Amino acid sequence: MNPTFFRRRRVLLTLAALSVAAGAGVRAFAQPSAAVIRVVARKFSYTPGEIMLKRGVPVDLELVTEDVVMGFNAPDFNVRADVIPGKTARVRLTPDRAGTFTFYCDIFCGSGHESMSGTIIVT
Amino acid sequence: MQDRFDRRDFLRLAGLGGVVVASGLAGCATGPGAAQASLADDFYFVQLSDCHWGFEGPPNPDARGTLGKAVAAVNALAEPPDFVFFTGDLTHTTDDPVERRQRLTQFRDIAAGLKVKTVRYMPGEHDASLDRGEAFQEFFGATHYTFDHKGVHFLVLDNVSDPAGAIGTEQLAWVAADLASQPREARIVVFTHRPLFDLYPQWDWATRDGAKAIEILLTHPNVTVFYGHIHQEHHRMTGHIAHHAANSLMFALPPPGSQPKRLPVPWDATQPYKGLGYRSVEADPPKAAYRIEERGIRA
Repeated sequence: MNPTFFRRRRVLLTLAALSVAAGAGVRAFAQPSAAVIRVVARKFSYTPGEIMLKRGVPVDLELVTEDVVMGFNAPDFNVRADVIPGKTARVRLTPDRAGTFTFYCDIFCGSGHESMSGTIIVT
Repeated sequence: MQDRFDRRDFLRLAGLGGVVVASGLAGCATGPGAAQASLADDFYFVQLSDCHWGFEGPPNPDARGTLGKAVAAVNALAEPPDFVFFTGDLTHTTDDPVERRQRLTQFRDIAAGLKVKTVRYMPGEHDASLDRGEAFQEFFGATHYTFDHKGVHFLVLDNVSDPAGAIGTEQLAWVAADLASQPREARIVVFTHRPLFDLYPQWDWATRDGAKAIEILLTHPNVTVFYGHIHQEHHRMTGHIAHHAANSLMFALPPPGSQPKRLPVPWDATQPYKGLGYRSVEADPPKAAYRIEERGIRA
């Protein structure tokens, strides 16, 4: 091994580390910290069934399912996710208007699927 | 021609209180497809939808009788339709695969009472979304296919076997290839279950990748879509494509977004079967026009 090889390797590693740090910085800037609301899906309901939010205030929804694959869809805010057993899906939601809005399961999950919905209330 | 007008008169006079909608599309016929279509006769077919066999509940005290009444009404038409098409939700969903097959068996046996030579089927999400169409295919075959009839190319599009309510890239490629094989002026009718456009996503009245299907369909000027799912008559244009939703044969649903929850319209004992029914569609291939007549169910 010659010294030039080690120097090049060090430079590359340093550049890689800087780029990772820069990326993290960009992510942190784009996604400021937000309150986290955990939403649990199970056949055929969400808990909580009502999600209370403030207009313009972002929240991170952590979505989990206790049984089968579910969907989470809040079409008024263009937010949706697949919710897979054993995994946590995360979506950022920043309501841009006040009112009462529906979220629902958009993956057919069984005989009670069509009643599986909840409400987002934005004040 | 005389026969055509006689049939139209019959359709107009024999309706059971349904609303008549004229759906003239795309203007005059030109080009090679039109020449082909001009050789064809006009004809009519019947669309039945959302039978939900197996449903029980207050929204329909005659849950086990309504489908049979519809079959009898079709059989009583003075002139039989060229074919009958069921646009999905033949059965009401069940988590039990054995019960699903029992319901499909019972539905098939009742539908077999139709005195019409050709009866075609497609699934709804209640039939197919819990097993990706496996049980449906055991009874009725493919969930998406094409057929041709008297100058019209029919395309049956499955947007329910995927539980996410999507058509999927493979089927979309199939649609694109099928349309590419058709003349630009071909008369095309699409049968599907869910609306291809975002009618009201808050109630799951949409197809996740329906916009891609519409984009493909828009390459042809004479396309009309007949669908079910929303349990009510509804008409909407996307570009030059007309989309016509049919009534259910089990329970009606409220207009999109008219109330907070998508709950069945309560049964009205003073007007039994209100909002339920089937439709006849008279096709005029040379004009690429479809005359729709909604027909109710009689006690």
